[in-house]
Parts: sequence; C-alpha cells; structure tokens
Amino acid sequence: MSRFRHLISIDDLDKEDILFILKKAKGFENIAKGEMNSKVLEGKILANLFFEPSTRTRMSFEVAMKRLGGDVINMTAQEASSVAKGETLADTIKVVSKYADVIVLRHPLEGAARFAAENSEVPIINGGDGAGQHPTQTLLDLYTIMKESSLDGIKIALMGDLKYSRTVHSLIKALTLFNTEIYLISPETLRLPEEFLEGLRNVEIAGLDDVIDDINVLYVTRIQKERFPDEEEYRKVAGSYKIDAELLKRAREDLIIMHPLPRVDEIDVSVDKTSHAKYFEQAFYGVPVRMAILSEVLSEVVL
Amino acid sequence: MKQLTISKIKEGTVIDHINAGKALLVLKILGIHPDSTETVSMAMNVPSKKMGKKDIVKVEGKFINEEQLNKIALIAPKATINLIKDYEIQKKFRVVLPEFIEGIIKCPNRNCISNSNEPIIPKFHVWFDGEVIAKCHYCNKKVQEISEYI
Ligand SMILES: Nc1ncnc2c1ncn2[C@@H]1O[C@H](COP(=O)(O)OP(=O)(O)O)[C@@H](O)[C@H]1O
Ligand SMILES: [Zn+2]
Repeated sequence: MSRFRHLISIDDLDKEDILFILKKAKGFENIAKGEMNSKVLEGKILANLFFEPSTRTRMSFEVAMKRLGGDVINMTAQEASSVAKGETLADTIKVVSKYADVIVLRHPLEGAARFAAENSEVPIINGGDGAGQHPTQTLLDLYTIMKESSLDGIKIALMGDLKYSRTVHSLIKALTLFNTEIYLISPETLRLPEEFLEGLRNVEIAGLDDVIDDINVLYVTRIQKERFPDEEEYRKVAGSYKIDAELLKRAREDLIIMHPLPRVDEIDVSVDKTSHAKYFEQAFYGVPVRMAILSEVLSEVVL
Repeated sequence: MKQLTISKIKEGTVIDHINAGKALLVLKILGIHPDSTETVSMAMNVPSKKMGKKDIVKVEGKFINEEQLNKIALIAPKATINLIKDYEIQKKFRVVLPEFIEGIIKCPNRNCISNSNEPIIPKFHVWFDGEVIAKCHYCNKKVQEISEYI
C-alpha cells in the first residue's frame, strides 16, 4: 500500500511522509543518472496532461518514468487548449484515467488537481494548479536542501517575489515542519502575504546585506516585470535583488544558492562557477524525487 | 400567556435567535424561494435579551432535517430550532456548526476550479475561531464574511 494515493498539496503530507519520499529519492539517484537500469515501473503508463506550458516539470516526469522502465503519453499545451474548449476537465480525466496508470496534471485554475482526483480512477499528481500548489517542486527543494545542506537547524533566506511565488508559499509551509530559521527578503510590494505567516515561528523580514554572512541557504525567485506599474520602477527594484560573485565573498563557505529556474538575471552567471551554485543540481534532483513519488503512488496499483 | 410576534403555527419549524438581518439568508440556505410551497413568516429586529436584536423564521407544515438546519450556523451560530407539533414545542435544539459544507458557499477566488463550468459543487471546511471561518476544499481560499458568499 502506498502512503498516499494522490499528491495534490504538500499539506496532505506529514513530516514522516516527506522524509520517507526524500529517503526513497536518495535510493533512486543512480538510476536517475542512468548509471543503473531499472524496470520497477515496467508496463506502467504515465499521462502528462499539461493545460499550461512547462518544460522542466513535464520533462523531468517523463525522464523519471522512463528511467524506471515505464512509458509516457503526452498531451501538449496546444492539444490541451483545443480539448479545453470542447470538453470539461472532469471528462478529460475520466477518459485519460482509462488509458494511463497515473496522471500528472498542470492546469491554470486553482484546485484543478483536487477536482481531477475526484474524477480519476488512477493517481493524480499535481504538477501545478494556477497560483495554488506545486508539491513536487517543494519536495525537490527539500531534497536539495537535505542533500546539499541540512534540513535541521539551518538558516534559510527566501528572496525575490514572495507575494506571488507559489514555490515559496509551499516551501515555507514545509520548512516549518523542520527546525529552520527563515528570513524573508523582498521588495515592499512583493512581501509574503499575512496568511502564510500564520502560525509560523522563527520567521523574520530582513535585508540581504544583513544576513548574507550568516545564512546557509539562499533561495532566489524571479521578480516579474508584470508586477510593476512601469519598466523603470521594475528595473529599480529588481536591480537590488541580484546576486553576483562579488556579493558572495561575504557569504559563509557552505552557503548554497537555489532557484526554481528559469532565471532571468537575478543570479549572475559569475555565480555558476562558485561552489555555492546548486540550482542546476536542484533541477536534476527533480528526477529522483519524481521517481520516488511515481513509484509510491503506483505501488498501490501493483498490490 | 407568552407574547408571540407572529401568530402560532400548528406544525412546523421555528428558527429563533437568528442574528438580526440574516433571516432572508436563512431562507436561502434552507432552499426556500418565492416559488416554494411552504408558508413562511418572518420577524426581523425583534428585541432579545440575549442578543439585543434577533430575527425569527417560521416555516409551516414542514420539518426540516437537522443536517439542513445545521447549515444555518454558518451565518447564525446561536440559532435555536423549535419543532412544533399541535401548537406545542416538541423538540428544541441549538444548531451545530458542520465541519464540512457542500453547495452553500461560493468561493470568492475567481480563479478557483469551483467557479468554472466544470460539473462541481463548491465544498468548504468550516470552523469557529471567534467567528465562523470557511476554507475552500479546492483552492484553500479562506472566507471570513461568509454571508457575502451565500
Ligand atoms: N406554536 C408555535 N407557533 C409558532 N411559534 C412558536 C410556537 N411555539 C413557540 N414558538 C416560537 O418559538 C420560539 C421559542 O419559543 P420558547 O421556547 O417559548 O421561547 P424562548 O426560546 O425565547 O424561551 C419563540 O420565538 C416562540 O415565539
Ligand atoms: Zn476555491
């Protein structure tokens, strides 16, 4: 029996579930790198239903499934948009859950994945629903922190757009399960909404300059142009939330820098060569983590 | 002889201690519309010792089931229900706030799947924390001014 049938929100998992998945992911790293072959999901089919464009999430699920010996069918964003015009999501899910053994869904509306789960005969994995949840991203973020730093007793700064970034919102929730000190670094207008601060301890609003020499993890997110009234305002604000090698001279040696990618220019390429840069590793860790999730939700089907 | 603001009913349901001004919403929650067949009388802004002012709703000839009645707690957590038979109160109880509600509250989040054209009934988790709070089962949006979304 699997620990969970669907993966809709990180809130559906408790700390033990999370640690279980992270541990399982560790065991899959060799296979994820292609150093070892596996057939644990042989004969199983994953359907990628992406009603919004995505490369990373979709591709890493595809790699994860294939590296475990399974197969993948894809519905492209273009196909999805023509389907969406004529058919309800409920019907699409009912049909596709007859074709596939597991479905990864990305959809522009919040709550779409939970609704899909109600209409599906097979496990649904939420690949992002509007401004809502993106639990596999959170799990791979936690995995990266665990592998490259530690999940226990660290100081982590979340920087950039804390208001709209769903990645940040779910990561904060998950981090509170662990013993971490969290610093929030953002422009005034892009602060973390109050509702996410509820019940949080060890969270502080800070400036990058004040904490750069003390933190273990710096999680950077993109500040989007569309959030600002005009180009000039955007450039002024975004300019002060950029990381370069110069700034990192003051950082702890063990500081790691993360980013959900794609980046625009918030992390200068000069950082890539430093030992702090972990964002490409982070992207890779999406594969073993998604392998762990797939094999977990599919273990019930095998019974 | 007790003073009654509206005439006695022989049989039916009396909903008392409704927060003043919420009587019409109570009817909406109970699914009673202008073209329903029940006879309904209402008293609004009735002076009350406990509440200052209250509303009262009487539905004649109909016993509304408890599950249905408990939904009233969303907007009137102090409401009391009196089931009347032969002009006498047969049973009296206070509404209990349900933990989960289907189909009464509309999600305020326009980007929520429950506001799309999918075959979907809005669902909310409900609790009391100084006031009644509801959270959308689908998008997690919290609703505090519930009356506005019924
Ligand atoms: N036969 C009846 N027909 C209509 N309303 C009634 C009847 N009997 C009692 N009520 C109403 O039910 C509510 C509760 O009645 P009662 O228990 O006597 O008062 P209270 O709860 O204020 O002590 C009151 O609003 C009263 O007017
Ligand atoms: Zn909602």
